Amino acid sequence: MTNVSMTVNGKSVSCDVSETTLLSEFLREDLRLTGTHVGCDTSQCGACVVHVDGKAIKSCTALAVSLNGSDLTTVEGVGSASNLHPMQAAFKKHHGLQCGFCTPGMIMAGIDMVERYHAAGQELTAEAIRHELEGNICRCTGYHNIVKAIEEAAGTMAGQKQAAE
Amino acid sequence: MYDAKYHKPSSVADAVAALSGAEEGKVLSGGQTLIPTMKQHLAAPSDLVDVRGIDGMSGVTAADGTVTIGAATTHADVASNADVLAHLPGLACLAGGIGDPAVRAMGTIGGSVANNDPAADYPAAVLGLGATVVTDKREIAADDFFQGMFTTALDEGEIITAIRFPVAKKAGYAKLPNPASRYAIAGVFVADTGAGVRVAVTGAGEDGVHRNAALEAALGGDFSADAVEGVAANEDGMMADIHASAAYRAHVVNVLAKRAVQAS
Repeated sequence: MTNVSMTVNGKSVSCDVSETTLLSEFLREDLRLTGTHVGCDTSQCGACVVHVDGKAIKSCTALAVSLNGSDLTTVEGVGSASNLHPMQAAFKKHHGLQCGFCTPGMIMAGIDMVERYHAAGQELTAEAIRHELEGNICRCTGYHNIVKAIEEAAGTMAGQKQAAE
Repeated sequence: MYDAKYHKPSSVADAVAALSGAEEGKVLSGGQTLIPTMKQHLAAPSDLVDVRGIDGMSGVTAADGTVTIGAATTHADVASNADVLAHLPGLACLAGGIGDPAVRAMGTIGGSVANNDPAADYPAAVLGLGATVVTDKREIAADDFFQGMFTTALDEGEIITAIRFPVAKKAGYAKLPNPASRYAIAGVFVADTGAGVRVAVTGAGEDGVHRNAALEAALGGDFSADAVEGVAANEDGMMADIHASAAYRAHVVNVLAKRAVQAS
């Protein structure tokens, strides 16, 4: 066992884990943050996407021990039931989900792509969103509304950024 | 996943020592192939030596007609790097098309090249540009490095520290990704190096990445998509599987060569 310390959703956490514990297992089983889903466990579905030091990664394909000292955000950390993140609000408005299993990964990938395109000064078109969703699979095939939701959230998030500046 | 001991060395020398002291050590870089492989019990290393924290293993430097990329540089960082975009835009484009965004945020060039998956993208760029693989103890020319599927010139315990690419006059990449895995059913990297044309094919060959002499000859005289028209599709050595026949792959290689030239 090895001690792993991270900041998860703004809180410092520290746990003893096996050296081959996956980040997804660490989040779900040690921290009981079960919003991060494991769909395929073969690195293909993207339901387990979280943000590590500002980058969206698949938590089922990273060892917790290798991310010691990192700053993590999971879907639990982006908003709350009474104060949804604009991405969550847009998914709700456009019904960007059917069964909802892939939604945590879609939300985290969606926020990441909006932030990356914004930082690069590129326009996040519907076509670009579909391309960016390459690694997030919805088995209910609900992509149409997911794309609409991310498109709207991109606008809301850009507006909020401008207002903040 | 079977248990493995995790090491995080801070220098190449410490990494080499950790590997040599292990029963069956493996270098862990982005882990985007190694971790899934371990989860499926297709690999069971006794020790994992994580090279991401080593100073100088990440980042890009451009000087004297070369672009040198640290082995632990992620695909996302290569795709968005200003020097790569300025000097080798075809390589940036290739890096930006590997896997998906989350894979690109973790996966590294050194890991991809060391693994030499027969359908990976980077080996095509390394061979197509005639790059040099820099390790902890020597430099290996791309033509000597790739030795068949998942096989390279690397010795036991040898660690890639960087890949040095010569800047080409023109270079481009085109691939036909498998719709499910996103690995290349075929991928073609073309480069007009200034001292000749090189064409490297990934995904399609039975022995992994290889050069295509007929396309090199045709493009050597005229580096244009039209020059590919007269080249006969060559099935020899092409892979056949449930996704595509050898004849189909041979045909697609020529189509992709045209697209790669057009993209260059």
